[in-house]
Amino acid sequence: MEITPEKQREMLRLMQTIRRFEERASDDYVAGDIHGVVHCYIGEEAVAVGVCSALEREDRIISTHRGHGHCVAKGADLNRMMAELYGRETGYCKGKGGSMHIADFNIGMLGANGIVCGGLSIITGAGLAAQMEGKGGVAVCFFGDGASSAGPFHEAMNIAANWKLPVLYVVENNLWAMDTSAAEAVSVADIATRAAGYGIPGVIVDGNDVLEVHRVASEAVARARAGEGPTLIECKTYRHRRHTERPTQSDARPPEEIAAWMKKDPIDRLVAHLQGQQGQLNEAEWGAMNDEIMNEVERAVEFAKASAFPKPEAALDDVFAD
Amino acid sequence: MVTMSYAEAGKQALADEMRRDPLVWAVGEDLGRGGVFGQYKGLVEEFGPDRISDAPISEAAIMGASVGAAMAGTRPVVEMRFADFALCAVDELVNQAAKARYMLGGQTKVPMVIREPMGMWRSSAAQHSQSLESWYTHIPGLTVAAPSTPADNFGLLKSAIRADDPVVYFEHKNLWGLEGEVDEAADPIPFGKARIEREGADITIVAWSAMVHFAREAVNTLAEEGISAELIDLRSLWPWDKDAVLASVGKTGRLIVTHESVSVGGFGAEIAATVSEALFGKLKAPVKRLAAPRIPISYAPPLEDEVRVSPARIAETARAMVSQ
Repeated sequence: MEITPEKQREMLRLMQTIRRFEERASDDYVAGDIHGVVHCYIGEEAVAVGVCSALEREDRIISTHRGHGHCVAKGADLNRMMAELYGRETGYCKGKGGSMHIADFNIGMLGANGIVCGGLSIITGAGLAAQMEGKGGVAVCFFGDGASSAGPFHEAMNIAANWKLPVLYVVENNLWAMDTSAAEAVSVADIATRAAGYGIPGVIVDGNDVLEVHRVASEAVARARAGEGPTLIECKTYRHRRHTERPTQSDARPPEEIAAWMKKDPIDRLVAHLQGQQGQLNEAEWGAMNDEIMNEVERAVEFAKASAFPKPEAALDDVFAD
Repeated sequence: MVTMSYAEAGKQALADEMRRDPLVWAVGEDLGRGGVFGQYKGLVEEFGPDRISDAPISEAAIMGASVGAAMAGTRPVVEMRFADFALCAVDELVNQAAKARYMLGGQTKVPMVIREPMGMWRSSAAQHSQSLESWYTHIPGLTVAAPSTPADNFGLLKSAIRADDPVVYFEHKNLWGLEGEVDEAADPIPFGKARIEREGADITIVAWSAMVHFAREAVNTLAEEGISAELIDLRSLWPWDKDAVLASVGKTGRLIVTHESVSVGGFGAEIAATVSEALFGKLKAPVKRLAAPRIPISYAPPLEDEVRVSPARIAETARAMVSQ
């Protein structure tokens, strides 16, 4: 399947947007303007963008505590995202969620989630709802290698396989669950092989190759839409940064491992791929794209800073209907 | 008015709501075979296996998938078989269902009912007998109901299914066969509205679920002795009918709260504290809680009875308080 140069440039734009957004979020977090904690997706952008570019707006996704990338890739508004990080009333969750809970139900983004493995059963239900709706909708769960060892993974996969639900389970194997390596915590070298236990396809893909991720995801989406059931996709990837942006955050990863993965940067790879083909992306175009993204991020920060904090009494709203 | 059992009333309410709203569906283990207590018998024949859905023994995934399906616009009724088993899915209930509306800034809702058959049932021991309703009253975002009669099961389950928030719905296993009059045309019973089961002047007794029936026996005994007790069935614990309880205790000056669950940290403590804060000067006796000791429930009948509050004990306590 051919991915047009326009679509590839759009993928690049989204990946670079995730990266610039998070670099800025990290700076503002360290500066004290953003509260709580920020988990950066930098280095893994090809997974969210490769998968979400194979979806329609109506398709639903659910994310993890490392969720900014999935929001951007599904089409979320940077202003409202940044405002949420800033804890402002104009944020996606009116300041009640923060970095770990950004959702946008208008674009089928059911939320980042603070519980590891929390999304697996929820997206399974969204897949069931899509099956009930009968309009060919698909549901996608992003989760990490750590979540693949939690109990609900098994329950969700078994049910989805049994009921042939239109779901993509996308495991972002970045090799580390905070400071615990998958090598010591996961019983198999390739998490995708666990799919065999449920009688569904398990596919391994280079998670830093956005075009490959897109191709694999597109096949799984087609299977799901055709009523053939779920697919487990393992994207081999790596986070460039520590578990969180906390200045005191530990990092158990070997420096040589980090250095080796930095050379496989998914954005560099797509840029090289595009530049290697005559007339698809020259330096000036790439520079202009980057400037535009920087401006967009700057505008998001301005929007956030210009927005008010929620009024204290808003703490009582939205506990229940009424 | 039709006479039906507590179990039939629940089934009737669910069937009515499923006919009324195609988005309502039920999921759980063995539902297509009628459910573990027969409370779904015959429903799959009418509604088919997509709406009376049989799931594997995967409480966490059943609960979590229902959260997702609710967010996606449907209205699941989740059967957990035993309140004890629902503990396998507490993360999905407490961290996800209860939080989603608030945490996501009101962008979504999670309309689902979690049916949790509760309570002691002769000799079912520690993992099939618990009453855990007070746990869920502690969680913002959850509504908690515990009906005591067929009519209340009919009316409250309808409200639970129509609610736009998760409702933890406790049916008492010992009440399944209890028969009573049900008005099938009645409106759903709103949450937070207690039922005054018996009016009285000397002492107020607050109960819910099966304990209402023990308390009624005690009230009858007391009446024969000339003691007039007012019995309030709370029906729902969150929201709970504070106004009805305060009005009653304001009148009688004495309060017993009795429940089958453990006394320590039980919902009786919340009621006792509320009454003490509001009516301290008007109380004629200290508020009394009658509930289970903090021990697991046993198998052997004499041991099981150790945690059960009896009608005789309620009557005896009331007698002592009134004579103070």
